[in-house]
Amino acid sequence: MGYQMEWGVIADNLPLFWEGLLITLKISAMALIFSLPIGIVAGLCRISRNRILSFIATAYVELIRGIPLLVLLLWIFFVLGRFLRIDSFWAAVLGLAIFSGAFVAEIIRAGIQSVPRGQMEAARSSGMSYVQAMRLVILPQAFRKVLPPLASQFIILIKDSSLASVISVVDLSLVGNNLVATTFRVLEIWTFIAAVYFCITFSLSQIVRYLERKYRVHE
Amino acid sequence: MISIKNVTKSFGTVKVLHDINLEIPQSQVFALIGPSGAGKSTLIRTINALEDIQAGEILVDGTSVHEKKTDINKLRADIGFVFQSFNLYPHLTALENVTVAPINVKGIGKKEAEEKGKELLASLGLGEKFASYPGQLSGGQQQRVAIARALAMDPKVMLFDEPTSALDPEMVKEVLDAIRKLAGTGMTMAVVTHEMGFAKEICNQIVFMAEGRIVEVAPPAEFFSNPKTDRAQDFLGKVLNH
Ligand SMILES: Nc1ncnc2c1ncn2[C@@H]1O[C@H](COP(=O)(O)OP(=O)(O)OP(=O)(O)O)[C@@H](O)[C@H]1O
Ligand SMILES: [Mg+2]
Repeated sequence: MGYQMEWGVIADNLPLFWEGLLITLKISAMALIFSLPIGIVAGLCRISRNRILSFIATAYVELIRGIPLLVLLLWIFFVLGRFLRIDSFWAAVLGLAIFSGAFVAEIIRAGIQSVPRGQMEAARSSGMSYVQAMRLVILPQAFRKVLPPLASQFIILIKDSSLASVISVVDLSLVGNNLVATTFRVLEIWTFIAAVYFCITFSLSQIVRYLERKYRVHE
Repeated sequence: MISIKNVTKSFGTVKVLHDINLEIPQSQVFALIGPSGAGKSTLIRTINALEDIQAGEILVDGTSVHEKKTDINKLRADIGFVFQSFNLYPHLTALENVTVAPINVKGIGKKEAEEKGKELLASLGLGEKFASYPGQLSGGQQQRVAIARALAMDPKVMLFDEPTSALDPEMVKEVLDAIRKLAGTGMTMAVVTHEMGFAKEICNQIVFMAEGRIVEVAPPAEFFSNPKTDRAQDFLGKVLNH
């Protein structure tokens, strides 16, 4: 006799899943919101002519990209968390934001560098400061180019947020883990959870596709 | 209006401008001509500090361009620059391309900037194209938008780096006509160009450059009929026999 699917376990525990889903969404959304400014600043610093800024930003990107997220989360929770007195939820947000920020930085850098040099020259020629040229001319164009890779990055971020369970954040995946431990309905629970993750990430790609169309560069 | 004094410019260890001296008086139009690699683009780009210089000085309306104390953004607002490849902002409409600097650099009100921008675009034959994006315009139209964008800042001088070189032949005339019209208004201009007929017709002086040096400066009538240097004779022989 093979494994018999028993979907009742899902229906019975919907409130628990719902709680976990909210935590997953909250962590991902907060991490996303923080990783954007981190990534933009780090990306701008990387292309800055200021050697110190670009060194710090490069070191950040290379270091973070070389460390497993799991280790980063554990460090932040057990080491930083003790000093900063932050709970596991905020440790997870911070860890994910710092981690994702490094990838966002690279995406932003590539996006800015993909804007032809003549754009900056034209903007500066008309009297704009570097900051104005960035804000009015370069970043709006870079923004359109970075939307697709940023979307991929955020989808990865949402899925990575499941690692927050290692520092005992009760997100969707930890809810699943706990339920598996008590009900042994491994396949039902993880299939359901996969479907939920898929729904979130698929909606996100649809939103990005809409934005892409809306802000299309007319070429 | 534009004074270039003993200017030297190197890229790394390669010297591309050697002791350049040139005086462009107010309301005069100077054409910069010469073979490829002569340093024409580099020279015109030093005038608004798109390129730095290693020695000498450039004054625009009395302000030293490369002086550290100079507010370069303020000075650049007075110098219109038109590029060979237009460099319009692809994410903005023609009108927004023209108004973005007046609004953000000069602090002019949006409505006023738009009125003036529409007037400028209309005067350049682009009355129907306010809402078009650069990608929806022909090369000639794009370059006229670029000219309008520069003029919207009420510049004291206009610099052109091969404004027609990226255009299909049938569009060259509409852009040259726009520049010709501008010359008629008394604008001080320096134009890097390969259009000898145009240089002959509208320019007060021809500046002939080769190998990073100004070889000859003369009024067009004199320069084209009786070039003094071998280098200029040789160059004219090549470009006019085409
Ligand atoms: N960014 C740069 N880095 C290094 N060398 C450069 C750079 N820009 C120009 N040069 C060199 O400087 C010299 C002058 O170039 P410039 O572009 O000013 O010539 P030009 O007279 O405008 O030529 P063309 O008619 O082909 O446009 C050339 O030898 C060129 O290779
Ligand atoms: Mg050139």
